[in-house]
Amino acid sequence: MMIGSINIAVLLAALMVAATPILLAAIGELVVEKAGVLNLGVEGMMIMGACVGFIIAINTGSPLMGFIGAALGGMALSLLFALLTQALMTNQVASGLALTLFGLGLSALLGQKYVGLTPPRTPKLDLGPLSEIPFLGRALFSHDIMVYLTIALVAAVWWFLKYTRGGMILRAVGENHDAAHALGYHVKRVRVLAIMFGGACAGLGGAYLSLIRVPQWTEGMTVGIGWIALALVVFASWRPWRAMAGAYLFGGIVVLQLNLQAAGVKIPVEYLSMSPYLITIAVLVFISSGKARGSLNAPGSLNRPFHASN
Amino acid sequence: MIRLEKRKEPSKFWRIANPFLAVALTMLAGGIMFAMLGKDPVVAIRLIFFDPIFSETFGSYSRPQLLIKSAPLILIAVGLAIGFKANIWNIGAEGQYIIGALFGAGVALLFFPQPGWYIFPLMVLAGAFGGFLWAMIPAILKTRFNTNEILVSLLLVYVAEKILAAMALGLMRNPDIPGFPGSRDLRRYEAAHNAELFAGSGVHWGVVAALIAVIFAYAMMKRHMLGYHVQLAGQAPRAARFGGVSPTRLVIICLGISGMLAGLAGMFEVSGPGGQVRIEFASGYGFTAIIVAFLGRLNPIGIVFAGLLLGLTYIGGELSQMMLQLPSASIQVFQGMLLFFLLALDFQTNYRLRLTRGVRT
Repeated sequence: MMIGSINIAVLLAALMVAATPILLAAIGELVVEKAGVLNLGVEGMMIMGACVGFIIAINTGSPLMGFIGAALGGMALSLLFALLTQALMTNQVASGLALTLFGLGLSALLGQKYVGLTPPRTPKLDLGPLSEIPFLGRALFSHDIMVYLTIALVAAVWWFLKYTRGGMILRAVGENHDAAHALGYHVKRVRVLAIMFGGACAGLGGAYLSLIRVPQWTEGMTVGIGWIALALVVFASWRPWRAMAGAYLFGGIVVLQLNLQAAGVKIPVEYLSMSPYLITIAVLVFISSGKARGSLNAPGSLNRPFHASN
Repeated sequence: MIRLEKRKEPSKFWRIANPFLAVALTMLAGGIMFAMLGKDPVVAIRLIFFDPIFSETFGSYSRPQLLIKSAPLILIAVGLAIGFKANIWNIGAEGQYIIGALFGAGVALLFFPQPGWYIFPLMVLAGAFGGFLWAMIPAILKTRFNTNEILVSLLLVYVAEKILAAMALGLMRNPDIPGFPGSRDLRRYEAAHNAELFAGSGVHWGVVAALIAVIFAYAMMKRHMLGYHVQLAGQAPRAARFGGVSPTRLVIICLGISGMLAGLAGMFEVSGPGGQVRIEFASGYGFTAIIVAFLGRLNPIGIVFAGLLLGLTYIGGELSQMMLQLPSASIQVFQGMLLFFLLALDFQTNYRLRLTRGVRT
């Protein structure tokens, strides 16, 4: 199927790839915010993941090790945030910003010698006859394993939050930490674990950029995707499947914009490439205003520090 | 066992002492980082913090640079601090800085090559207006549609960077040198040049503007009703609303002031030290200013010292890059660490450690 010079199956396939890093970061942050913590350091943890994952993948020759390292790298940075906001009771907004600034600097420093290298290739998952199906095979069943794992992760988070005891405790901590504390739940422990999960997810998202999507390491290569992921959580009203829908929608815009650039549309590249940011802002405006506002369900204790007084 | 106890009043002593302690800890941790990079930590720290001012070989070049680097930081941070006090988070100063520069340079390029005393003042107005306009986007979206100003102001930085690139490659490109990106050099256009006021001092109009902004901000925060409203809204939002402080007005004012000052900083930079509209024009002043605001304790006077210190790290960073081949990113790490240490230390401003006997009840 073709529209003009654009092949729809290829477009859909590219969309899934473009959406995956955003979705990974967003699903992690969603869990963090469900626990009542606002971590604005997503961009910083993502770029650390991109950098650490790239370095490890180059040195070991294994993309798998790269992804594991990226998750640990993002988690390490998020632990710093956890230490500041949970143990030392610092302002979450300021700490998140510090995390982003620090992550951008540290990754630039660590990755300096790795600019211009090509990482080991991540193989496509062999789905046998599925990938032979016309159209759908190319669009849906010709991806690397991370694309599918990310979807599985969304399902797992949805199931965890909705149906498990742990998920209920996490939501209770996020909705009303005083009540959760009174019921005997460990507010801080839950929050630290959530923050670590968010860090690992952001790290994976970053590594997906540097190992598969781009694939290369350059300073500041996340170009605001972490911030877009933060906006996506609001857009999704803190619901996992909606976050996935949002990420795919967003991936579609990015890919379409790139296709228009390649097709030589008479709009300067700079204006086309600002569209993802402008559309994110437009969506934020739509979702936080008017009728749509009622469906927002921000966790009640979001961005409120918790200090047990006894 | 040890536990944290909230102080009844934030400790005044630690409020003042913590920035100094944070700088000392950053030097220590930075030294360890440099040692790990295989450089002599003592030499590196000295190059960054002392040599730009005191060294005989570098001093004559870098002393004037100190004011050139610090002025935009101070100008932007003073504005940001007012908003931060009221819990209004403009973190997109970098974008407002870029748009201010584009507006200022735009006016200059419109008049080129006419002479005229009125051109530079017009550029100043345009720069302030550009930054103001860019900050009004998150402000109006916040007040009208309740959209989060943190995300919008930050996302607009990326949009501003794209506009900057489009301008440098398109509309504002120097028509006399085809094939190269970048506008005319404003330093060669006398009516638009933000020249040094005293030769070799580094004092240009941006430094004067920073000084005026500090004095105004100080007067506003300490003596004016508006300053009281800002503090009230930050510390007790409910009380502020009952007291008749309009949140809408406050958002517009705080974002407006900080946007205007960031725009001014960009305009003074592009017409002076920066010289022209280039793709790489934005150098992160808007983000570093966030650190300056916190390090200066959101207080205009404190911000002057914090701005000078971080300005120093910029120059020291260049120096250590040149002398020790230290990577340029290490200064960014340095600045990030500084903010971390400061935030971490501040827990003793609000809490104290208590030793207690027995088990927690």
